[in-house]
Amino acid sequence: MIKPDRIVTTICPYCGVGCTLNLHIKSDVVYRVTSPFDAPANHGNLCVKGRFGYDFIHAKDRLTQPLMRKDGKLVPAAWDEAMGYVAERLLEIRDKYGPDSIGFLVSAKCTNEENYLLQKVARGLIGTNNVDHCARL
Amino acid sequence: MTNSIADIHLADVLLVTGSNTTEAHPVISLEMKKAVRKRGAKLILIDPREIELADFAAIHIRPRSGTDVALLNAMAHVILAEGLEDREFIAARTENFEAFKEAVKDCTPQWAEDITGVPADMIVEAAQVYGRAGSAAIFWAMGITQSSHGTDNVQALANLALLTGNFGRPGTGVNPLRGQNNVQGACDMGGLPNVLTGYQPVTDEAARTKFENAWQTKVKIPPAPGLTVTELMNGVLEGRIKALYIMGENPILSDPNTNHVREALEEIEFLAVQDIFLNETAQMAHVVLPGVSFAEKEGTFTNTERRVQLVRPALPIRGGARRDLDIICDLGQRLSGVSADDSTDVVHPVTNWNYAGASAVWDEIAALTPTMAGIRYERLVPHGLQWPCPAPDHPGTPILHKEKFTRGLGRFTPLTFREPAENPDEEYPFVLNTGRVLQHWHGGTLSRRSEGLDWVVPEGEIQINDADGVRLGIATGDLIRVKSRRGEVTGKARLTNKLPRGMVFMTFHFAEVPANALTNDAVDPVAKIPEFKVSAVKIERV
Ligand code: SF4
Repeated sequence: MIKPDRIVTTICPYCGVGCTLNLHIKSDVVYRVTSPFDAPANHGNLCVKGRFGYDFIHAKDRLTQPLMRKDGKLVPAAWDEAMGYVAERLLEIRDKYGPDSIGFLVSAKCTNEENYLLQKVARGLIGTNNVDHCARL
Repeated sequence: MTNSIADIHLADVLLVTGSNTTEAHPVISLEMKKAVRKRGAKLILIDPREIELADFAAIHIRPRSGTDVALLNAMAHVILAEGLEDREFIAARTENFEAFKEAVKDCTPQWAEDITGVPADMIVEAAQVYGRAGSAAIFWAMGITQSSHGTDNVQALANLALLTGNFGRPGTGVNPLRGQNNVQGACDMGGLPNVLTGYQPVTDEAARTKFENAWQTKVKIPPAPGLTVTELMNGVLEGRIKALYIMGENPILSDPNTNHVREALEEIEFLAVQDIFLNETAQMAHVVLPGVSFAEKEGTFTNTERRVQLVRPALPIRGGARRDLDIICDLGQRLSGVSADDSTDVVHPVTNWNYAGASAVWDEIAALTPTMAGIRYERLVPHGLQWPCPAPDHPGTPILHKEKFTRGLGRFTPLTFREPAENPDEEYPFVLNTGRVLQHWHGGTLSRRSEGLDWVVPEGEIQINDADGVRLGIATGDLIRVKSRRGEVTGKARLTNKLPRGMVFMTFHFAEVPANALTNDAVDPVAKIPEFKVSAVKIERV
């Protein structure tokens, strides 16, 4: 049997039940998922998605660098250039058309902290309540 | 959920509607099965399809799509007619009862039978079983909310619970099962156009001022609610919305009326997408910012029972991707003009966007959100905390509305039944229903990259009833075309006896068979949730 380098306790990324996962990791690869019996939502139970649905973490087509559209095509770019461009365009559009011409979609897959900060950007820096996510969907 | 997963098995009666729990919330369905098998609880299942839970149901009601309010009003009518209501609870803890009573006065089981197609006797029996239970818990999911009168549906369910005093005790309550892992959290965090964190309304001046002062904003938070996803997409086409910043969502696949969204995103002046894959939406962006998966980040998710739980980084970041929190902080710094020098000053993360990790962000949330003021990362080990948790020594709240409702008294909502926005007709004679299968998740971006899951269920099928198939000369495996007023989709047919006649069922996990090219974007007037579950379609062999 493979011996894990480490086991990290975290929360399932799929559904709203919020099962506790123990990720078994060897050489920075998740190779097995279990759940502790004292987990508050699931008492050690997991469905197929939580138990086996982790290949996407290691998928080859994960994005690993920023992309910018140049001459109609998305091409790799440096972080500073990409971020600078995003900020510049958002400010330009806000100044030209007003804050309510910009919308933000936060995410039912992202963490509380990320969602909080993105709506803070929208409301506190841009000045719009155009914040929503696809959870009604 | 007003109640907790841990007390589901204590219910005497479970009423499950619009939720294919075994497929969409598998681990919760285990608790339901436990209640039925181990404790002899009675399950009332309301679902047109013969789903797996039907095997556990004492009563399986299969109403015509979109007629929930008629059915639930009739159940309330029976409970009142037979004196099964909880008078003490109604007197002490509710208001508007008389108006409600008046509204259901004429909703007899016979009246409901004519509308829903459910035999009147069955409606009476279900009402008796629910009304007589010592403790009865209601569960629902998208089948109830994804309707042009989803808000009515939810209120009709809440009326039943109020009527019978099924609140504030173990094994009771009204329990929406939230879809995505952190839908609850995204809403709690103000990821909605009308509220700040903890549902503090943007229309409340005191709330706005509190946030403006804390954030030391140079702009004002507008007093009017903003636009929803559907309205934003319309806004783009109308020329009002010029830029969108989309984080971790794929609206092209998950929104109703996909073609419309694609059109909007083609039109838009500026689109930035932050994601871990180059999904259909990201492919249309001007800038794509690579974030990281749950396994590479720290933070919290809040589950469907309001439990805030710790997400821990397990793996190093891949390639040149960045943690999502760092991306947003970088954007925050650039937009607020914080210089690089300021940004190294960790003393003022609130204005300088240089938080010392996710827990520092959480502390800011807690300081601004009374219902979460007592939650700190240290307290989340090992079992998380269920909000409301207003103080550092508060144990969290497994059951809401124990002594009183958040708003004081529980309010009955008188409701009138309205037909769905689009019923089948001669030209489009079938009802399209959409949903999930166990092995896949939402737009499929994650689950379809897991070989095992994709092997079990590799393609999106179009399910139709056996008899309909025979009548139209369609066999399982035949290529068929499904058309609605909005679009068409081609895929393989599967005949099944699990669906009622006249219904077509598709999942929305597969980009090749995009069910949402067909669905209706008519929305509920209050919650603005699109009507995914009832669209009129026609089918033909290809
Ligand atoms: S393991 Fe299954 S039931 Fe549990 S949270 Fe993940 S997807 Fe939901």
